[in-house]
Amino acid sequence: MGGASLFSVLVSEAPIALAEELARFAPGDGEAGGLGLFLGLVRGEAGGKALAALSLEHYPGMTERAISGILEEARTRWPLLGGRIVHRVGRLAPGEPIVLVIATAAHRAPALAATHFLIDWLKTRAPFWKKEIYADGSEAWVAARAEDEEMAARWQALSGAPGGVAPAPAR
Amino acid sequence: MSSTSVRLRYFAWLRERLKCESEEIALPPEVQTVGDLIALQRRRGPEFATLFAPTSVIRAAVNQNFATPNTPVGPGDEVAFFPPVTGG
Repeated sequence: MGGASLFSVLVSEAPIALAEELARFAPGDGEAGGLGLFLGLVRGEAGGKALAALSLEHYPGMTERAISGILEEARTRWPLLGGRIVHRVGRLAPGEPIVLVIATAAHRAPALAATHFLIDWLKTRAPFWKKEIYADGSEAWVAARAEDEEMAARWQALSGAPGGVAPAPAR
Repeated sequence: MSSTSVRLRYFAWLRERLKCESEEIALPPEVQTVGDLIALQRRRGPEFATLFAPTSVIRAAVNQNFATPNTPVGPGDEVAFFPPVTGG
């Protein structure tokens, strides 16, 4: 990808172009020895109810900035060579990819650890809101999960960092 | 935007409940923080009182940065209120 930054973020209604996203990093430049990748998919079931679709809302501007901040945080923790986060918004059908996280490094350990960190922090620190639209036509906003917060907080405990981008309750 | 107002934005179920995406309100001089603004919001009607109650889970951002009750708010700022995030 001529001249494109090796660290970038995309929030889009368009389907995730997996082949193009991978082509940013592989074949590589010979420096990276590994690429960690996480792809989140929309499950077809939620709380025992069949799901017709997910609807994703975001805060244009802030969302991109928050994700870039999370990517920056990852770079302070691991010697990354590249990173890419793509998140979909709008209406998604079950099975569709919703989020892509890629991290590259000289070795597999930092690439895989950074990928795990990025998806954990993304879930709790980037302004997206999911609404579930069920097969019976009813709908409900998804509540934040305590497990997600615990997963994200684990990384904080590991580094002892104050976590400057963490969203605190408004009061 | 007038020189003494703030832009308020609402997301997800907060936007739906208030039937409002964005509005501009006058900023009284005594409102200097996010916490002050939340107290002001509570006085705007029953729905506001419920949504901005002290037990509410809502979060805030000032000029597109996550905020706390102590974060300063001034004329011309963009303040967003929203539920806990659920992306990924």
